[in-house]
Amino acid sequence: MTADKISRPEHPPFGAMAELLNHRAVLSVLFMLPAASILLLFLTYPLGLGIWMGFTDARVGRPGIFIGLENYFSLFDDDVFWLAVFNTLVYTIVATVAKFGLGMWLALLLNHSLPFKAFIRAIVLLPYIVPTVLSAIAFWWIYDPQFSIISWSLHRLGLIDTYIDFLGTPWNARWSVIIANVWRGIPFVAICLLAGLQTISPSLYEAAALDGATQWQRFRYVTVPLLMPILAVVLTFSVLFTFTDFQLIYAITRGGPLNSTHLMATLAFQRAIPGGDLGQGAAISTAMVPFLIAATLFSYYGLQRRQWQQGGADE
Amino acid sequence: MKDLTRRDSLKLGAASLAAGVGLGIGREMPARAQEPMLDLKPEKDASLRVLRPAKFVAGDEKLWLENTAKYTQQTGIKVKVESQSWEDLRPKAAVAANVGKGPDIVYGFYDDAHQYPDKLIDVSEVGNYLDKKYGGWYDVCRRFGMRDGKWIAIPLGAAGARIVYRISHLKEAGFDAWPSDFDGMLKASQGLAAKGHPGGLALGNAVGDANTWCHWLVWSFGGRMVDEKDQVVINSPETIKALEYAKELYKSFAPGTLSWLDPSNNKAFLDGQISWTINGISIYYTSKNSKDEKIKAMADDIGHAILPIGPVGHPTELHLTVPAMVFAYTKYPNAAKDYIRFMLEKEQYVPWQEASIGYFSQPLRAYEKSPVWTSDPKHTPYRDLMANMLWPGYAGSLGYASAGVMADFVMVNMVAQAASGAKSPQDAAAEAQKRAERYYKL
Repeated sequence: MTADKISRPEHPPFGAMAELLNHRAVLSVLFMLPAASILLLFLTYPLGLGIWMGFTDARVGRPGIFIGLENYFSLFDDDVFWLAVFNTLVYTIVATVAKFGLGMWLALLLNHSLPFKAFIRAIVLLPYIVPTVLSAIAFWWIYDPQFSIISWSLHRLGLIDTYIDFLGTPWNARWSVIIANVWRGIPFVAICLLAGLQTISPSLYEAAALDGATQWQRFRYVTVPLLMPILAVVLTFSVLFTFTDFQLIYAITRGGPLNSTHLMATLAFQRAIPGGDLGQGAAISTAMVPFLIAATLFSYYGLQRRQWQQGGADE
Repeated sequence: MKDLTRRDSLKLGAASLAAGVGLGIGREMPARAQEPMLDLKPEKDASLRVLRPAKFVAGDEKLWLENTAKYTQQTGIKVKVESQSWEDLRPKAAVAANVGKGPDIVYGFYDDAHQYPDKLIDVSEVGNYLDKKYGGWYDVCRRFGMRDGKWIAIPLGAAGARIVYRISHLKEAGFDAWPSDFDGMLKASQGLAAKGHPGGLALGNAVGDANTWCHWLVWSFGGRMVDEKDQVVINSPETIKALEYAKELYKSFAPGTLSWLDPSNNKAFLDGQISWTINGISIYYTSKNSKDEKIKAMADDIGHAILPIGPVGHPTELHLTVPAMVFAYTKYPNAAKDYIRFMLEKEQYVPWQEASIGYFSQPLRAYEKSPVWTSDPKHTPYRDLMANMLWPGYAGSLGYASAGVMADFVMVNMVAQAASGAKSPQDAAAEAQKRAERYYKL
């Protein structure tokens, strides 16, 4: 048998099929098909269905008919909806800033040589590992107006006369659930940023030190730009998780008091499932999408500027 | 598995007949030979999945499971009982209705059946049979269970609310018994607070407790979410009066009630931090059965009183009603109906009420004679819940709008806003009107 015969068989076993499979575009489509099917089935279809339902008057047990933008007009005139939008923005912005500030600080600490480094890093992850509902129930007790461990301790120390009403006034409740979210979210940010920090070559810090850079300048001009790609990704995920939070609120306050901790996600659930108004619940969920897209675009295009990553200034 | 026939029923009932007759249930009913009979002919090899609210008192679930085992033993039909937390029960039932798959029977809440009547089977045979056999349904049960002349759900009972108070504290405040009028109640609450014994009623988004007392309060003054024609009329002088009353009452509450969910008042009462609340019999039950000597000792000091009747002049209570629904997707409709019937027969129902010390009050008049109501005088105030109650969306119809308004806590939020001073009674009522109109205009 000659080499020529091997490369060009006279009677290829599958003729046209083999020819097709040799085609680069066809192969690409074939290889992407499994992943695309999963995305279509579990992401695109539910998302599409949700958006469609937002244009219908679907109710529990009834498919509903197309009603155009009626659900959205109704929401536009709904004070509780706008309160939920406000709460969601406050919750997301404050919690994200706090998580990134504290997470970065924790990551920088953990990046130093510490005794029992691996053990400490594992401990740091604990709040993230504990199921959300369990930590939410723990916070529910911590914030209880009658049984709060914080109030009890401060009272025993003689620092307060009456127990703190953590969840009984709108702003107290907002801060309380934000703190719970920050406590839970810090490990994710810290560990991701720590991973980023460890990819930065120590020689860059040495060079900066030789150039007389202060510690702040080393952080500002070496650490931050090199950390920015991972920061952008982590920020995106963190914003998405916080904006769509449900479990913490549902377990701690159910959106109270006076709807002051209702997030868009919890309000959508309340209206759609216990309230039976699937169309309006879907409309509230859909109304979250523009905010999420804006946050994603900001992370990608705002924080991934090349000039920053190369230590340059903004244009 | 075998079909339940009249003869079988007589045989099976023999063992527990003594219980029913001995307990007085059925004394005023026709002799057994003339008793209505219902042979539903459960399907061969049937098996059932039942979803019910999670227990609030241990005896409830224990007897429920024992009665279920008895049903299986008598019929050969396997029954799997699943319990769901109160907050998650309605969503789960709603999802089952929507996707057409899930438990065969759901013991839901309030007006669930009127949200998806097309997804449920007609259970009129059971409704009519029980009606004839047990002295008739209370009027409100027909409203919860019937639609267009058919039974679409069978009420199991209602977990009710009564004034729960500390007898010694009330005496300390100068009252021998809980007042039966609103002025007296306000004075009692203020007197208790002045003595360092505040009260506390849930004002957070608490599905059970908050809805129960807020509706009762507003209705007591003549306020209503809607009129008989489903027109929203909550922004009325009567509602404003109720809210002004709530504002005064709130001043005598313990701190934090704006955030209270359903378990909060139970915890605070048993810890001695509040001296009165509105609740089911669960506080007394927990105290009586506690292993903690301090909590157990409290049981003797716990008193129960019926909810005062307001200026409107008639009882206006709301209690957590539990309707049993059979979903149309079930493969075993007859078995499902038969199970619902079985659990409401006196041989099962009376011991179940006894074990849960009347946590659920009956939907059928004959059970007013259940011994649980007289075995301990502290149980008696919980007896007539369903005789005295109205329904969500009173005085209008049950359906999407009434369910939506209640699920959105429109009434609770209005009372909480006015009581806490977050809004004036006028503004709170105006906001509630606007919110409710969004549901009722559909």
